[in-house]
Amino acid sequence: MRKTFDNRAWLLVLPVFLLVAFNAFIPLMTVVNYSVQDVFDSTHRAFVGADWYREMLHSDRLQNALLRQFVFSGLVLLIELPLGVAIALLMPKKGGWAASLTMVLIALPLLIPWNVIGTIWVIFLRPDIGLLGHFVDHTLGVHFDYPTVPLQAWVSVMLMEVWHWTPLVALLAYAGLRAIPDAYYQAARIDGASGWAVFRHIQLPKMRGVLTIAILLRFMDSFLIYTEPFVLTGGGPGDSTTFLSIYLVKLAVGQFDVGHAGAFSIIYFLIVLAFSYVFYQALQRVGTGAAR
Amino acid sequence: MKTGWRATVLAAYLALLLLPIYWMLNMSLRENSDIMSQLAFLPLHPTLQNYAQIFTDRAWYSGYLNSLAYVSINTVISLAVALPAAYAFSRYRFLGDKHLFFWLLTNRMAPAAVFLLPVFQLYTALGLIDSYIAVALAHTIFNVPLAVWILEGFMSGVPREIDETAFIDGYSLPRFFVAVFLPLIRAGVGVTAFFCFMFSWVELLFARTLTITEAKPIAAVMTRTVSASGLDWGLLAAAGMLTIVPGALVIYFVRNYIAKGFALGRV
Repeated sequence: MRKTFDNRAWLLVLPVFLLVAFNAFIPLMTVVNYSVQDVFDSTHRAFVGADWYREMLHSDRLQNALLRQFVFSGLVLLIELPLGVAIALLMPKKGGWAASLTMVLIALPLLIPWNVIGTIWVIFLRPDIGLLGHFVDHTLGVHFDYPTVPLQAWVSVMLMEVWHWTPLVALLAYAGLRAIPDAYYQAARIDGASGWAVFRHIQLPKMRGVLTIAILLRFMDSFLIYTEPFVLTGGGPGDSTTFLSIYLVKLAVGQFDVGHAGAFSIIYFLIVLAFSYVFYQALQRVGTGAAR
Repeated sequence: MKTGWRATVLAAYLALLLLPIYWMLNMSLRENSDIMSQLAFLPLHPTLQNYAQIFTDRAWYSGYLNSLAYVSINTVISLAVALPAAYAFSRYRFLGDKHLFFWLLTNRMAPAAVFLLPVFQLYTALGLIDSYIAVALAHTIFNVPLAVWILEGFMSGVPREIDETAFIDGYSLPRFFVAVFLPLIRAGVGVTAFFCFMFSWVELLFARTLTITEAKPIAAVMTRTVSASGLDWGLLAAAGMLTIVPGALVIYFVRNYIAKGFALGRV
């Protein structure tokens, strides 16, 4: 779309700019401050340069948390995207009460507070009172105790994550599908196209825009995940489900180690920034491309 | 029948989706001693006692009111500042517009854990701690960028000719915006309000950290179920069920916009 150049538009953006600057820029500067100083008490502090950064970058715990985080976010995308698209394809094509009901039910997990998500899964997975936990432990006969077995803790967190967020991917993909005009399907039918061909050459290209948003949102949000796994496993057993945010809160609030936490925050933020930039560019291309 | 197996698979998925929620509902209708003594798919001795306890204890129900208060304030602030900004991004080019838009988006993606401590210190210095406005303001960090993003998508779908015609007809920008433009994008405004509500309602880290007693959100009050005798699972489940209700109501009202809304106007 053709846009006019007019710097007075800044006046319209100013409230947002001031609000976000107040909320994000001042705190960020505080973090930068902490990351280069050793704070003894409110009046005594020493400049330590890049010491905290050096120590954090060489910290095994940080490197492990980072690795864990990438594995987690990668798995999230690998599982949730195909599953979400599959569910969207199953949903009723036409509107009507069945489509409305399906959408309301699918959207339900998205509106549950994140700590309650954790609580739901604690109640569901506990071997003594949980339906699934009891089923696996007693009926299947597999010893199930997710708070003490790292692999089971991982499977539990993944299960909760897939349950929680696949609906978002499904709804996004469904929105993309609904926007395809009927004429496309009719043309495909006349040409005798197979179901796979319709998916590959009509549905998938038309979903490109919404799926880019889905990848962006799912990657970023899973990269920042804190509350749900914290309630379910507390980051344990040991450090096995300690993702970046959980580790950072442990450092900053738990141990009040603001120097290390500050350096960690900046490193964390820079990684997020780099990924945001890549995704933003991808989104811009989709936005100006044929999909729009 | 082809549609037959599709419906069956979809129904099976929905059943699996609802099962954990059903299990919490089941727990919420039972007393703790009953829960601990046996595993039963249906509540054999259903009781509303857990719910009654929540609705009669001020410490409990004020948690819900606090949550609703800061979520509403946040939605209003986010929409009020995001509407003009989204219009500027969708209609004008200006110095640094692309950088500004990207900078806004990075705040949607900034880890709450990074900002937690400094935001707490900033709000303490300003005397905002333990008030609705503190949580509402903190939640604008991620909601305002999201609101600008969604609204920009919807606004860009409105042809520019409408603006130009209105300006030729002698409308001023504010009058055009309120009288002509807003009604055209009301679905987008509704969807944006829905998303602001949603993300403010589900967030806990800020909400818990910035409140001490007066503005404590329900999600934080739920830790009260831990007592000397251990966890009261029935009470915890009942409190959890009640946090689902506002979300379910909101979805019901916007159900016809959900599909397009989740695509953030970008289909």
